Amino acid sequence: MTTAAINAPATALPADWRDFLALTKPRVMTLVVFTGLAGLLVAPQPIHPVLGFTAILCIALGAGAAAALNMWWESDIDARMKRTRSRPIPAGRMERESALHFGVGLAFFSVILMGVATNWFAAAILAVSILFYVLVYTVWLKRRTPQNIVIGGAAGAFPPLIGWAAVTGDVATLPMLLFALIFLWTPPHFWALSLFVRSDYATAGVPMLPVVAGNRATRVQIMLYALPMAAAAVAPWPLGLAGPLYGLAASALGLAFLALSLAVLMNRATEPAGMRPEKRLFVFSILYLFALFGALVADQWLLA
Amino acid sequence: MTQHEDEVRRRQKGRAIVMAALLGGFVVLVYAITIAKMGLAQ
Repeated sequence: MTTAAINAPATALPADWRDFLALTKPRVMTLVVFTGLAGLLVAPQPIHPVLGFTAILCIALGAGAAAALNMWWESDIDARMKRTRSRPIPAGRMERESALHFGVGLAFFSVILMGVATNWFAAAILAVSILFYVLVYTVWLKRRTPQNIVIGGAAGAFPPLIGWAAVTGDVATLPMLLFALIFLWTPPHFWALSLFVRSDYATAGVPMLPVVAGNRATRVQIMLYALPMAAAAVAPWPLGLAGPLYGLAASALGLAFLALSLAVLMNRATEPAGMRPEKRLFVFSILYLFALFGALVADQWLLA
Repeated sequence: MTQHEDEVRRRQKGRAIVMAALLGGFVVLVYAITIAKMGLAQ
Protein backbone atom coordinates (compact mmCIF):
# COMPACT_ATOMS: atom_id res chain seq x y z
CA MET A 1 0.00 0.00 0.00
CA THR A 2 1.83 3.10 -1.19
CA THR A 3 0.75 6.68 -0.68
CA ALA A 4 0.52 7.12 -4.42
CA ALA A 5 -2.05 4.34 -4.60
CA ILE A 6 -4.12 6.02 -1.89
CA ASN A 7 -3.71 9.46 -3.43
CA ALA A 8 -4.59 8.64 -7.01
CA PRO A 9 -8.39 8.44 -6.85
CA ALA A 10 -9.04 10.85 -4.00
CA THR A 11 -6.96 13.86 -5.09
CA ALA A 12 -9.00 14.24 -8.27
CA LEU A 13 -11.51 15.86 -5.93
CA PRO A 14 -10.92 19.33 -4.48
CA ALA A 15 -10.23 19.04 -0.73
CA ASP A 16 -13.17 19.63 1.58
CA TRP A 17 -12.93 22.88 3.58
CA ARG A 18 -13.01 20.83 6.79
CA ASP A 19 -9.70 19.32 5.78
CA PHE A 20 -8.14 22.78 5.64
CA LEU A 21 -9.49 23.38 9.13
CA ALA A 22 -7.94 20.08 10.25
CA LEU A 23 -4.56 21.27 8.91
CA THR A 24 -4.52 24.00 11.57
CA LYS A 25 -4.69 21.48 14.45
CA PRO A 26 -7.57 23.28 16.20
CA ARG A 27 -7.08 21.41 19.47
CA VAL A 28 -3.45 22.47 19.86
CA MET A 29 -4.63 25.96 19.00
CA THR A 30 -6.77 26.21 22.15
CA LEU A 31 -3.70 26.09 24.39
CA VAL A 32 -1.89 28.60 22.17
CA VAL A 33 -4.88 30.96 22.26
CA PHE A 34 -5.18 30.60 26.01
CA THR A 35 -1.51 31.33 26.80
CA GLY A 36 -1.46 34.18 24.26
CA LEU A 37 -4.57 35.65 25.85
CA ALA A 38 -2.98 35.35 29.30
CA GLY A 39 0.09 37.27 28.08
CA LEU A 40 -2.17 39.94 26.66
CA LEU A 41 -4.30 40.23 29.80
CA VAL A 42 -1.43 40.46 32.31
CA ALA A 43 0.31 43.25 30.34
CA PRO A 44 0.49 46.42 32.44
CA GLN A 45 -1.81 48.50 30.24
CA PRO A 46 -5.22 47.97 28.64
CA ILE A 47 -5.74 47.22 24.97
CA HIS A 48 -8.82 48.09 22.90
CA PRO A 49 -11.00 44.93 22.90
CA VAL A 50 -11.16 44.83 19.09
CA LEU A 51 -7.36 45.09 18.81
CA GLY A 52 -6.92 42.52 21.59
CA PHE A 53 -9.27 40.15 19.77
CA THR A 54 -7.38 40.70 16.53
CA ALA A 55 -4.03 40.01 18.25
CA ILE A 56 -5.32 36.69 19.61
CA LEU A 57 -6.84 35.85 16.23
CA CYS A 58 -3.45 36.47 14.60
CA ILE A 59 -1.69 34.26 17.15
CA ALA A 60 -4.23 31.51 16.44
CA LEU A 61 -3.90 31.91 12.66
CA GLY A 62 -0.11 31.93 12.94
CA ALA A 63 -0.23 28.71 14.96
CA GLY A 64 -2.60 27.26 12.36
CA ALA A 65 -0.23 28.24 9.56
CA ALA A 66 2.71 26.61 11.37
CA ALA A 67 0.63 23.45 11.93
CA ALA A 68 -0.35 23.30 8.24
CA LEU A 69 3.27 23.69 7.12
CA ASN A 70 4.26 21.04 9.66
CA MET A 71 1.73 18.64 8.09
CA TRP A 72 2.97 19.57 4.62
CA TRP A 73 6.54 18.65 5.53
CA GLU A 74 5.74 15.59 7.64
CA SER A 75 3.12 13.82 5.55
CA ASP A 76 5.49 10.86 5.11
CA ILE A 77 5.95 10.48 8.89
CA ASP A 78 2.24 11.02 9.51
CA ALA A 79 1.36 8.22 7.08
CA ARG A 80 3.34 5.77 9.20
CA MET A 81 1.83 6.58 12.60
CA LYS A 82 -1.57 5.39 13.81
CA ARG A 83 -2.26 8.69 15.60
CA THR A 84 -1.65 10.81 12.48
CA ARG A 85 -2.55 8.46 9.64
CA SER A 86 -6.00 9.98 9.16
CA ARG A 87 -4.71 13.56 8.68
CA PRO A 88 -5.80 15.13 5.36
CA ILE A 89 -2.58 14.57 3.38
CA PRO A 90 -1.62 11.00 4.43
CA ALA A 91 -5.28 9.96 4.13
CA GLY A 92 -5.24 11.19 0.52
CA ARG A 93 -7.95 13.81 0.97
CA MET A 94 -5.65 16.69 0.02
CA GLU A 95 -2.57 17.27 -2.10
CA ARG A 96 0.63 18.33 -0.37
CA GLU A 97 0.83 21.48 -2.48
CA SER A 98 -2.54 22.67 -1.18
CA ALA A 99 -1.29 22.45 2.41
CA LEU A 100 1.87 24.38 1.48
CA HIS A 101 -0.03 27.17 -0.23
CA PHE A 102 -2.60 27.34 2.57
CA GLY A 103 0.11 27.44 5.24
CA VAL A 104 2.25 30.11 3.57
CA GLY A 105 -0.80 32.24 2.79
CA LEU A 106 -2.11 31.99 6.33
CA ALA A 107 1.32 32.81 7.78
CA PHE A 108 1.67 36.01 5.74
CA PHE A 109 -1.93 36.98 6.49
CA SER A 110 -1.55 36.54 10.26
CA VAL A 111 1.76 38.45 10.47
CA ILE A 112 0.58 41.38 8.31
CA LEU A 113 -2.74 41.66 10.13
CA MET A 114 -0.90 41.61 13.47
CA GLY A 115 1.40 44.40 12.33
CA VAL A 116 -1.43 46.55 11.00
CA ALA A 117 -3.74 46.03 13.98
CA THR A 118 -1.24 46.18 16.89
CA ASN A 119 2.45 46.81 16.23
CA TRP A 120 5.26 45.44 14.07
CA PHE A 121 7.29 44.22 17.04
CA ALA A 122 4.52 41.75 17.95
CA ALA A 123 4.22 40.85 14.26
CA ALA A 124 7.98 40.21 14.11
CA ILE A 125 7.87 37.83 17.11
CA LEU A 126 4.90 36.06 15.50
CA ALA A 127 6.86 35.66 12.26
CA VAL A 128 9.90 34.37 14.17
CA SER A 129 7.77 31.85 16.07
CA ILE A 130 6.22 30.48 12.84
CA LEU A 131 9.60 30.26 11.10
CA PHE A 132 11.16 28.70 14.18
CA TYR A 133 8.47 26.01 14.39
CA VAL A 134 8.55 25.20 10.70
CA LEU A 135 12.23 25.56 9.80
CA VAL A 136 14.19 24.92 13.00
CA TYR A 137 11.88 22.35 14.60
CA THR A 138 9.99 20.58 11.80
CA VAL A 139 12.48 20.67 8.95
CA TRP A 140 15.83 20.76 10.71
CA LEU A 141 15.76 19.11 14.13
CA LYS A 142 12.74 16.84 14.58
CA ARG A 143 14.20 13.93 12.63
CA ARG A 144 17.78 14.55 13.74
CA THR A 145 17.89 14.79 17.51
CA PRO A 146 16.05 13.29 20.49
CA GLN A 147 16.10 16.82 21.94
CA ASN A 148 13.63 17.78 19.16
CA ILE A 149 10.85 18.33 21.67
CA VAL A 150 12.96 20.79 23.67
CA ILE A 151 13.40 22.93 20.56
CA GLY A 152 9.76 22.52 19.57
CA GLY A 153 8.82 23.70 23.04
CA ALA A 154 10.52 27.02 22.37
CA ALA A 155 8.18 27.57 19.41
CA GLY A 156 5.14 26.80 21.56
CA ALA A 157 6.37 29.19 24.25
CA PHE A 158 6.04 32.31 22.12
CA PRO A 159 2.29 33.09 22.48
CA PRO A 160 2.40 34.85 25.90
CA LEU A 161 5.34 36.90 24.64
CA ILE A 162 3.39 37.87 21.50
CA GLY A 163 0.24 38.65 23.50
CA TRP A 164 2.23 40.93 25.81
CA ALA A 165 4.09 42.59 22.93
CA ALA A 166 0.80 43.25 21.12
CA VAL A 167 -0.21 45.45 24.06
CA THR A 168 3.06 47.09 25.10
CA GLY A 169 5.21 46.96 21.97
CA ASP A 170 8.06 45.40 23.97
CA VAL A 171 8.87 42.43 26.25
CA ALA A 172 9.57 42.36 29.99
CA THR A 173 10.60 39.94 32.75
CA LEU A 174 7.13 38.46 33.32
CA PRO A 175 6.46 37.37 29.72
CA MET A 176 10.04 36.05 29.55
CA LEU A 177 9.31 33.92 32.63
CA LEU A 178 6.11 32.67 30.99
CA PHE A 179 8.17 31.80 27.93
CA ALA A 180 10.64 29.88 30.14
CA LEU A 181 7.76 28.12 31.87
CA ILE A 182 6.19 26.76 28.67
CA PHE A 183 9.64 26.00 27.24
CA LEU A 184 10.47 23.83 30.28
CA TRP A 185 6.93 22.40 30.46
CA THR A 186 6.88 21.02 26.93
CA PRO A 187 9.52 18.24 27.32
CA PRO A 188 7.91 16.54 30.36
CA HIS A 189 4.47 17.01 28.77
CA PHE A 190 5.46 15.46 25.47
CA TRP A 191 7.86 12.82 26.76
CA ALA A 192 5.13 11.50 29.05
CA LEU A 193 3.03 11.04 25.90
CA SER A 194 5.89 9.58 23.89
CA LEU A 195 6.48 6.95 26.60
CA PHE A 196 3.06 5.39 26.10
CA VAL A 197 2.89 5.84 22.31
CA ARG A 198 6.54 4.91 21.90
CA SER A 199 6.05 2.10 19.39
CA ASP A 200 4.34 4.51 17.01
CA TYR A 201 7.28 6.94 16.89
CA ALA A 202 9.65 4.00 16.43
CA THR A 203 7.71 2.89 13.34
CA ALA A 204 7.94 6.35 11.80
CA GLY A 205 11.66 6.66 12.58
CA VAL A 206 11.32 9.83 14.65
CA PRO A 207 14.17 9.91 17.21
CA MET A 208 11.89 10.43 20.18
CA LEU A 209 13.81 10.20 23.44
CA PRO A 210 12.29 6.85 24.62
CA VAL A 211 13.16 5.35 21.23
CA VAL A 212 16.77 6.55 21.31
CA ALA A 213 17.70 6.61 24.99
CA GLY A 214 15.16 4.26 26.56
CA ASN A 215 12.37 4.58 29.14
CA ARG A 216 14.66 5.02 32.13
CA ALA A 217 16.55 7.99 30.66
CA THR A 218 13.28 9.58 29.53
CA ARG A 219 11.78 9.34 33.02
CA VAL A 220 14.91 10.92 34.52
CA GLN A 221 14.74 13.71 31.91
CA ILE A 222 11.08 14.37 32.73
CA MET A 223 12.05 14.92 36.38
CA LEU A 224 15.03 17.08 35.40
CA TYR A 225 12.79 19.41 33.40
CA ALA A 226 9.93 19.39 35.92
CA LEU A 227 12.13 20.88 38.66
CA PRO A 228 13.22 24.10 36.86
CA MET A 229 9.74 24.30 35.30
CA ALA A 230 8.08 24.42 38.72
CA ALA A 231 10.68 26.98 39.86
CA ALA A 232 10.08 29.19 36.81
CA ALA A 233 6.33 28.97 37.44
CA VAL A 234 6.67 30.20 41.04
CA ALA A 235 9.34 32.84 40.27
CA PRO A 236 6.97 35.75 39.42
CA TRP A 237 5.75 35.70 43.03
CA PRO A 238 9.07 36.31 44.90
CA LEU A 239 10.10 38.72 42.12
CA GLY A 240 7.03 40.81 42.90
CA LEU A 241 5.55 40.38 39.42
CA ALA A 242 2.53 38.45 40.72
CA GLY A 243 0.64 38.31 43.99
CA PRO A 244 0.10 35.59 46.61
CA LEU A 245 -2.96 34.15 44.83
CA TYR A 246 -0.78 33.22 41.86
CA GLY A 247 2.17 32.30 44.09
CA LEU A 248 0.17 29.82 46.14
CA ALA A 249 -1.57 28.36 43.08
CA ALA A 250 1.77 27.98 41.28
CA SER A 251 3.32 26.33 44.35
CA ALA A 252 0.46 23.85 44.81
CA LEU A 253 0.25 23.03 41.10
CA GLY A 254 4.04 22.72 40.90
CA LEU A 255 4.14 20.30 43.84
CA ALA A 256 1.42 18.19 42.20
CA PHE A 257 3.38 18.21 38.93
CA LEU A 258 6.56 17.15 40.75
CA ALA A 259 4.69 14.40 42.65
CA LEU A 260 3.31 12.99 39.38
CA SER A 261 6.76 13.25 37.78
CA LEU A 262 8.19 11.35 40.74
CA ALA A 263 5.59 8.61 40.20
CA VAL A 264 6.76 8.45 36.57
CA LEU A 265 10.39 8.29 37.73
CA MET A 266 9.59 5.34 40.03
CA ASN A 267 7.63 3.48 37.35
CA ARG A 268 9.47 0.57 35.77
CA ALA A 269 6.80 -0.48 33.26
CA THR A 270 7.96 -1.05 29.70
CA GLU A 271 4.54 -1.69 28.11
CA PRO A 272 1.86 1.01 27.63
CA ALA A 273 -0.55 -1.04 29.77
CA GLY A 274 1.59 -0.36 32.86
CA MET A 275 2.03 3.35 32.17
CA ARG A 276 -0.75 4.83 34.25
CA PRO A 277 1.62 7.37 35.90
CA GLU A 278 2.73 8.60 32.47
CA LYS A 279 -0.85 8.98 31.28
CA ARG A 280 -1.76 10.79 34.50
CA LEU A 281 1.18 13.19 34.14
CA PHE A 282 0.28 13.88 30.51
CA VAL A 283 -3.35 14.70 31.31
CA PHE A 284 -2.40 16.74 34.37
CA SER A 285 0.24 18.71 32.47
CA ILE A 286 -2.45 20.20 30.21
CA LEU A 287 -4.63 21.07 33.19
CA TYR A 288 -1.53 22.51 34.91
CA LEU A 289 -0.85 25.05 32.20
CA PHE A 290 -4.49 26.14 31.94
CA ALA A 291 -4.80 26.48 35.74
CA LEU A 292 -1.50 28.34 36.07
CA PHE A 293 -2.30 30.95 33.43
CA GLY A 294 -5.85 31.23 34.73
CA ALA A 295 -4.46 31.90 38.23
CA LEU A 296 -2.03 34.51 36.87
CA VAL A 297 -4.79 36.44 35.12
CA ALA A 298 -7.12 36.17 38.14
CA ASP A 299 -4.29 37.37 40.39
CA GLN A 300 -3.44 40.41 38.27
CA TRP A 301 -7.05 41.42 37.82
CA LEU A 302 -8.01 41.00 41.48
CA LEU A 303 -4.97 42.98 42.62
CA ALA A 304 -5.60 45.80 40.18
CA MET B 1 -19.05 10.19 -14.20
CA THR B 2 -21.84 12.52 -13.03
CA GLN B 3 -21.60 11.22 -9.48
CA HIS B 4 -17.99 12.34 -9.39
CA GLU B 5 -18.87 15.72 -10.85
CA ASP B 6 -21.67 16.19 -8.34
CA GLU B 7 -19.19 15.60 -5.54
CA VAL B 8 -16.74 18.10 -7.07
CA ARG B 9 -19.52 20.72 -7.33
CA ARG B 10 -20.64 20.00 -3.76
CA ARG B 11 -17.12 20.55 -2.39
CA GLN B 12 -16.54 23.65 -4.50
CA LYS B 13 -19.81 25.07 -3.21
CA GLY B 14 -18.86 24.28 0.39
CA ARG B 15 -15.49 25.97 -0.03
CA ALA B 16 -17.05 28.98 -1.74
CA ILE B 17 -19.56 29.45 1.10
CA VAL B 18 -16.88 29.19 3.79
CA MET B 19 -14.61 31.57 1.87
CA ALA B 20 -17.45 34.08 1.48
CA ALA B 21 -18.20 33.91 5.21
CA LEU B 22 -14.53 34.41 6.08
CA LEU B 23 -14.20 37.36 3.69
CA GLY B 24 -17.34 38.91 5.15
CA GLY B 25 -15.91 38.45 8.62
CA PHE B 26 -12.62 40.02 7.51
CA VAL B 27 -14.39 43.08 6.13
CA VAL B 28 -16.22 43.55 9.44
CA LEU B 29 -12.96 43.06 11.36
CA VAL B 30 -11.03 45.64 9.30
CA TYR B 31 -13.89 48.08 9.78
CA ALA B 32 -13.86 47.50 13.54
CA ILE B 33 -10.04 47.87 13.67
CA THR B 34 -10.29 51.16 11.78
CA ILE B 35 -12.89 52.53 14.17
CA ALA B 36 -10.85 51.36 17.17
CA LYS B 37 -7.66 52.96 15.81
CA MET B 38 -9.45 56.24 15.09
CA GLY B 39 -10.76 56.21 18.67
CA LEU B 40 -7.22 55.70 19.98
CA ALA B 41 -5.80 58.49 17.85
CA GLN B 42 -8.07 61.10 19.40
